Amino acid sequence: MRTLIYLLIGILFGITMLKSEAASWYRIYEMFRFESFHMYGIIGSTVVLGVLIIQTIKRFNIPSFYGEPIVFTPKAKSVSRYLFGGFIFGLGWALAGACPGPMFTLVGAGFTPILVVIVSAVFGTFLYGLVKNKLPH
Amino acid sequence: MTLIFDPWPWYVSGPLIALVLFLLLMVGKNFGMSSNLRTLCTICGAGNSSDFFKFDWKSQRWNLVVVLGAIIGGFIGSQFLSNDLAVALHPNTIENLDTLGFKSAGESYLPTELFDSSVFTDIKGLLILAIGGLFVGFGTRYAGGCTSGHAISGLSNLQWSSLIAVIGFFAGGLTMVHFIFPLIF
Repeated sequence: MRTLIYLLIGILFGITMLKSEAASWYRIYEMFRFESFHMYGIIGSTVVLGVLIIQTIKRFNIPSFYGEPIVFTPKAKSVSRYLFGGFIFGLGWALAGACPGPMFTLVGAGFTPILVVIVSAVFGTFLYGLVKNKLPH
Repeated sequence: MTLIFDPWPWYVSGPLIALVLFLLLMVGKNFGMSSNLRTLCTICGAGNSSDFFKFDWKSQRWNLVVVLGAIIGGFIGSQFLSNDLAVALHPNTIENLDTLGFKSAGESYLPTELFDSSVFTDIKGLLILAIGGLFVGFGTRYAGGCTSGHAISGLSNLQWSSLIAVIGFFAGGLTMVHFIFPLIF
């Protein structure tokens, strides 16, 4: 049952990524050229609503659908890992035109070359695991 | 009905992504897609090479199911909910892409130069996809999250670390588009 719920949430996410064009290489390029409000509108409205949702859950201690407390685990404090890691991610985001959610959506939409991006991204994560201890965090 | 078949505007898409965030929170999970890349490494046996991949991947099974849903969603969205996938870009973007050699801007969903199956015999195109993917995979794990984990979940939770990561995302993206693209295209 829970698996089915995750699947349905994923389907809603995938359809939204495709139909919003957030999965389009072109939209990412246009965003980094500041030539359209579209992507900023998507991210901005999501975050505004997201803040409202999370603050409401926290303030009123709203439990999950299963009655368990909703836990937010804050990320570890650091500047270098977020800035350096984020920068590298940004280079790839603009080059491949896809981040880790939309790249799977594009598989479903039938763009087979995206598999090259996915396999390389898995490999990139693997490389990070190998050199992790040598990097500033 | 045409509203569904046309591309969805930001003020429909943004709230729907917020709904995804809300639903995941309400089933006790945090929205973040890039952790799946690490899970895939572990499934492929990366735990033998680095302790970073030694974890019980079955605890992340739910997230792989979300990914499977995202794939199915891409299929449904493109096959049943769209008449025409062409992205209506800003005319300046189209003109600029044309000078870089992208001839299908404004007429397709993705550049045919990179995402048509003919790319499999094009070394340069393949390298662009592979290096792009490599940076995404490496960077996202180094930064501890991607667009969903930091820009959406993290910023929504008012986390400083996520704001720093998003600044990093944009610094990297702007560098790529404004300084590196002119060198490679």
